[in-house]
Amino acid sequence: MIEIQALTKVYGQTTVVDSISLTIEAGDICVIVGTSGSGKTTLMRMINRLVEPTSGRVLIDGQDTREVPPYELRRRIGYAIQGHGLFPHRTVSQNIGTVPSLLGWDKARIRARVDELLDLFQLDPAQFRDRMPNELSGGQQQRVGVARALAAEPNILLMDEPFGALDPVIRAKAQDDLLAIQRRFDTTVVLVTHDMEEAIHLGTRIAVMDEGRLLQYATPAEIIGHPATDFVSELLGGDRPFRLLSLETVASLLEEGEATGTPIPAGASLREAYAECLWSGREALPVIQDGRLIGRISRARLARSAARPS
Amino acid sequence: MRAGLLIRLVVFALLVAFLVNPEAFAFVFAPLASNGQPVIYNQGSLLDLTLNHLMIVLIATTLATLVAVGLAILVTRPFGAEFLPLSRSLANVGQTFPPVAVLALAVPMLGFGTAPTLVALFLYGLLPIFENTLTGLTGLRGPVTEAARGMGMTGLQRLTRVELPLALPVILAGVRLSTVISLATATIGSTVAARTLGEVIIAGLLSGNTAFVLQGGLIVGVLAVLIYDGLSAIERTLSRRIGQRARA
Repeated sequence: MIEIQALTKVYGQTTVVDSISLTIEAGDICVIVGTSGSGKTTLMRMINRLVEPTSGRVLIDGQDTREVPPYELRRRIGYAIQGHGLFPHRTVSQNIGTVPSLLGWDKARIRARVDELLDLFQLDPAQFRDRMPNELSGGQQQRVGVARALAAEPNILLMDEPFGALDPVIRAKAQDDLLAIQRRFDTTVVLVTHDMEEAIHLGTRIAVMDEGRLLQYATPAEIIGHPATDFVSELLGGDRPFRLLSLETVASLLEEGEATGTPIPAGASLREAYAECLWSGREALPVIQDGRLIGRISRARLARSAARPS
Repeated sequence: MRAGLLIRLVVFALLVAFLVNPEAFAFVFAPLASNGQPVIYNQGSLLDLTLNHLMIVLIATTLATLVAVGLAILVTRPFGAEFLPLSRSLANVGQTFPPVAVLALAVPMLGFGTAPTLVALFLYGLLPIFENTLTGLTGLRGPVTEAARGMGMTGLQRLTRVELPLALPVILAGVRLSTVISLATATIGSTVAARTLGEVIIAGLLSGNTAFVLQGGLIVGVLAVLIYDGLSAIERTLSRRIGQRARA
């Protein structure tokens, strides 16, 4: 659990982060979203003390972060950044093993961990272990960057626009990988982005920031249904109903009955289902799970659930 | 690439052959010597002079490298940052002194011989290495140093594991420049009685013997080209290893 209490950062005359308090529960994915210059990155960097707060404090599992030397604190917190920041003079395995070797793990343990992570990120260890970062594609570099952040099994992972440099197809894959890994290790993730779509897709809670202040800190459904300020609704853009639909899966609106045409998997989002209804001109879609028909989903119910929540 | 390597090997072999047995090459220089003058330098062994010349350059450049890299590391640390502009201008001022002036100033303090030459070469070698080390240490890509900090490396670990290895090709380029300058400047050391290849050139100038001048000049020139080449090759290998394009 990360407790941020009245955290403030002032540079000269400018207040970059203005007395922000929020609590991130263990196992949450907290996405900090805002425009550039909103102070979101500074807020995140104060968690591992890459930026020292002007006032206020951060507690991690009840311990004040000022009680430990910054470098020790940072070894316990995973850190992945935009443009990956891999060390160009070190191999993939040396890069991933950075924090474990700082922590003094023995060689065999580091090697085992590196191979495990490479497997996890679908990079064949035998093939990728000894490559240099510049011999990897952008997507692979990004995966190695996240693997490196996770190497020492941190409870907390900080990510600064980690998918910003990726093309849309690879980005979607990287986001899904992150969700899968987060579920597997139950890591608490703090992710900074300017992309509301990404925030809604990834976040269990979203913190919206503007000009150093926290405008709203809530679940994606609350943010979409009840944006706290005009700025928040502006960030959401015009397609709020579709964003709302993107939060739930087909399984949540499943009904008895039959329908014709190509079935949709129960794990797909309501948004995909609705799009498919509109595109194929059908009133209902058959739903399958593990290759078995389990019911149907209707356009009418989809449309109703896209309405503004009361 | 292979042809280039072959040419270098041939040039090196010729140089060694000439130094070991200069008389065998007398026919090359004979047309340049006036009537009755000796064709090949005869006031000492060319091989000895060359080795002594190289030794002086090696010592001066090694010391200059240690001091310049050390200083550059100090002024790029947080506690030394305020000395950065000062040290930069000092090094620049140092470079504006002509080497002859440094020799002339050093002689009264250190006497004639190798010592004032070493001092002049050392002072002269500092700047290129210092400047390049600064460039290398301060010009690292943002995300890389950011990641090093974010991973929890201490200041010393960042320096030895990330900053210096990445700056190494650029530092080496400075060392290479400095070495070549020193190779040439060391000849002037002979004016204050240092035993360098300058002796051969000066002897030739005094007696009007172009053959001597050419011998001295050629050896220094070929040494400079070969050493420059060798260091460039090391730099390229290093640059490739850290995944960056070679810098000139």
